[in-house]
Amino acid sequence: MLRLEKRPSPSQAWNYATPVLAVALTMVAGGLLFLALGKNPFEAIRLIFWDPLFSEQFGAYSRPQLLIKAGPLILIAVGLSIGFRAGIWNIGAEGQYIIGAMCAAAMALAFYPTESVLVFPLMIAAGAFGGWAWAMIPAILKTRFNTNEILVSLLLVYVAEKLLAAAATGFMRNPQGAGFPGSRNINAYGSASNMELIANTGLHWGGVAAFIAVIFAYVLLQRHILGFHVRLAGQAPRAAKFAGVAPTRLVVMCLGLSGAFAGMAGMFEVSGPARLISIDFNAGYGFTAIIVAFLGRLHPVGILLAGFLLALTYIGGELAQFMLGIPGAAIQVFQGMLLFFLLALDILSNYRVRLALPAQKGEAR
Amino acid sequence: MSHPLLSIQGLTKRYPGVVANSEVTFDIGEGEVHALLGENGAGKSTLVKAIYGLIRPNEGRMLWRGQPYAPGAPAQARATGVAMVFQHFSLFDAMDVAENVALGMDNPPPIRELAARITEVSNTYGLPLDPGRMVGDLSAGERQRVEIIRCLLQNPQLLIMDEPTSVLTPQEVEILFRTLRQLRSEGKSILYISHKLEEIRALCENATVLRHGKVVGRADPRQESARSLAEMMVGQTLHVPSRRREAPGRPLLQVENLSLAPQTAFGTALKGVNLVVRAGEILGIGGVAGNGQDELLSALSGELRAAPAAIRMDGAPVGSYGPTARRAMGLLCAPEERLGHAAAPDMSLIENALLTGAWREKLVRNGFVNWGKARDFAEKVILRFDVRTPGSHVAARALSGGNLQKFVIGREILQRPSVLVVNQPTWGVDASAAAAIRQALLDLAQAGAALVVISQDLDELLEVADNFAALNGGRLSAPRPVPGLTMDQIGLMLGGAEGDSDVAA
Repeated sequence: MLRLEKRPSPSQAWNYATPVLAVALTMVAGGLLFLALGKNPFEAIRLIFWDPLFSEQFGAYSRPQLLIKAGPLILIAVGLSIGFRAGIWNIGAEGQYIIGAMCAAAMALAFYPTESVLVFPLMIAAGAFGGWAWAMIPAILKTRFNTNEILVSLLLVYVAEKLLAAAATGFMRNPQGAGFPGSRNINAYGSASNMELIANTGLHWGGVAAFIAVIFAYVLLQRHILGFHVRLAGQAPRAAKFAGVAPTRLVVMCLGLSGAFAGMAGMFEVSGPARLISIDFNAGYGFTAIIVAFLGRLHPVGILLAGFLLALTYIGGELAQFMLGIPGAAIQVFQGMLLFFLLALDILSNYRVRLALPAQKGEAR
Repeated sequence: MSHPLLSIQGLTKRYPGVVANSEVTFDIGEGEVHALLGENGAGKSTLVKAIYGLIRPNEGRMLWRGQPYAPGAPAQARATGVAMVFQHFSLFDAMDVAENVALGMDNPPPIRELAARITEVSNTYGLPLDPGRMVGDLSAGERQRVEIIRCLLQNPQLLIMDEPTSVLTPQEVEILFRTLRQLRSEGKSILYISHKLEEIRALCENATVLRHGKVVGRADPRQESARSLAEMMVGQTLHVPSRRREAPGRPLLQVENLSLAPQTAFGTALKGVNLVVRAGEILGIGGVAGNGQDELLSALSGELRAAPAAIRMDGAPVGSYGPTARRAMGLLCAPEERLGHAAAPDMSLIENALLTGAWREKLVRNGFVNWGKARDFAEKVILRFDVRTPGSHVAARALSGGNLQKFVIGREILQRPSVLVVNQPTWGVDASAAAAIRQALLDLAQAGAALVVISQDLDELLEVADNFAALNGGRLSAPRPVPGLTMDQIGLMLGGAEGDSDVAA
């Protein structure tokens, strides 16, 4: 019989090894899945993990895509991870991302066509504000009426999607767009455009913001008393109250921060790669960021790496769909496996696996 | 029959990195009350777990009436005739007594039949208990009776009791002892684990003393003094806490008519609590757990808010202040629950030093934590309070209860409080550590601080406190000076007989 024994303190070695092991196991299980679908598993895995970066044929297109996709994932995931550390579960980053993008777009459209260096910073502020405000709804409901922030934030995603559709077909529609849904092309409006900063790298201001967010979160969590209180509240809520942490303030801070980060991610997307507000503007970054946050161990540096890894599976997954005809659903299963294996292996950092004699099972712990 | 009831021979249990029991050998005779003595971490728990079939020893053997005995599971131990009353009760608040008893039995009879048997056993052994009552409404002493009756229903030959009196009032202890003596007269054996040496002297005829997992002494407790037993246990001469008593100074902490609604379904409301503690004075608050101790501490620490004027620090109203503001004024607290309340289990001692020391020790500047300073503070606590740990980087939950308690108390004392409130400062702490903690509390009072010590251990309160008051059902009796207080008076105060009508000035 296998038996689990709680470790006196979590194993650091396993803490770092499990993400690597999870990726390896995902490759094995995913390979078997692709084999069952009648595809060559080695080719599929190579297409997903290797070719986007190193293939001569696809690399030139795929490599910049990596930063473009990883940027918003990292920015959102860093914000979420701070709340997750405190045990505050914002599942609605997708909604905050949409509202942030809409507020930023509204700011840009209000100034259009005035050219000014102030437009872009104002848009960032508007995006952050939009995400923050949308996240304040679950925050206030939780602190005032003790509602569950998971449900409220999640359901507000669908409200945000309706608002997005209304904006794209109604109040933000391009007056010169011949009646097609979608706003003006913000990317083409000089002052508001989120340009690629270094040619052929995919790096735009959103990527820069993601890196800054990683550093910010690292300093906050490791060096600042607020970060300490966040971790304390997540690990031992009663001790946090004893230490003088006000739970209400913490909920407002964590939801507000993750909302603002998600809103900013929306701003950089609408003014950059997405170019405009359209009905299908949101691509699921807000949800995928939850996987990124956990894959990265809720640690800023881990999230940075996890963001790139997940972006890679997206780009590689598309490539595998395109080259081998692997169904899109199989790629999603593949990404899901990654989170599954990671969470399953997590047990190894907190528990020791022991072989035990059958006689010792039962009431023996 | 020359065979003893249970003979333990050369029992050894190793855990990775530590030997919990090493070559432990002793016998328990039929009809004997045998005491097992030892500091925390001496290996008492490991030993009784082996006897009760919860763990298997690596070496050695046990003989039950001369026959090999190696229980693989508690059910097997129970079938042989071993029963155990644990220190921490495993009862469900929302179920009645009979249902709780049934849950702990291997083959429970129908509830109606069981209830009749509970009443029968409780009458036979003088342990009054109504099988139909909700466990959540019972006092700690009554809860213990549920556990004892659960054991007695199985008609055991050997009853193991782990620290049974730590939650009882003196009157309840007397009832328990009568029951235990009756069991002995029926030829049943009892293995009695306690750190209260006076009790062991009153009850047991044989004692085995453990230190660092080894048997270091055997004694007849009736022939020894409590002090000689304690020294055998600790392996060194014990220091008896002492201080000069001086005239108290100005009132530092005043609580006036403090009332709070209960926080949970089984919580206790505080009802019109009044108290005054002067500089250099220690107020001892006795009472059985669950009578509002936790609530009183939370109200004083600032976790629960009250009306501004209900609590005054040196005259200033602080009732509406949170924990941080109260700490800044010098009102510090050490809660009972070490893991999860006083300290975060998975955080290092450095982080736990920061937990309450952040502002008073200036470990934070402009919001940024000075980890070097926090480590220095943690290491100062570890050094000054003799906390046994591999280092300050170790997680709090890796420390033994006594060591963590020393850390928690030391953390507050080294912040030079003007008022310190502690709840159960020596609960589950070994004798030498308990003496050190009490001495530290006395020294702090000597230096001019006002102290409130909440404890279930009456000996402790009588040793350190100047005034004594009892908490009962959320009401605090009028404090009385400790000198001249008799056990009978204390018992009446604990029982709530001293009405709430006579309010402290």
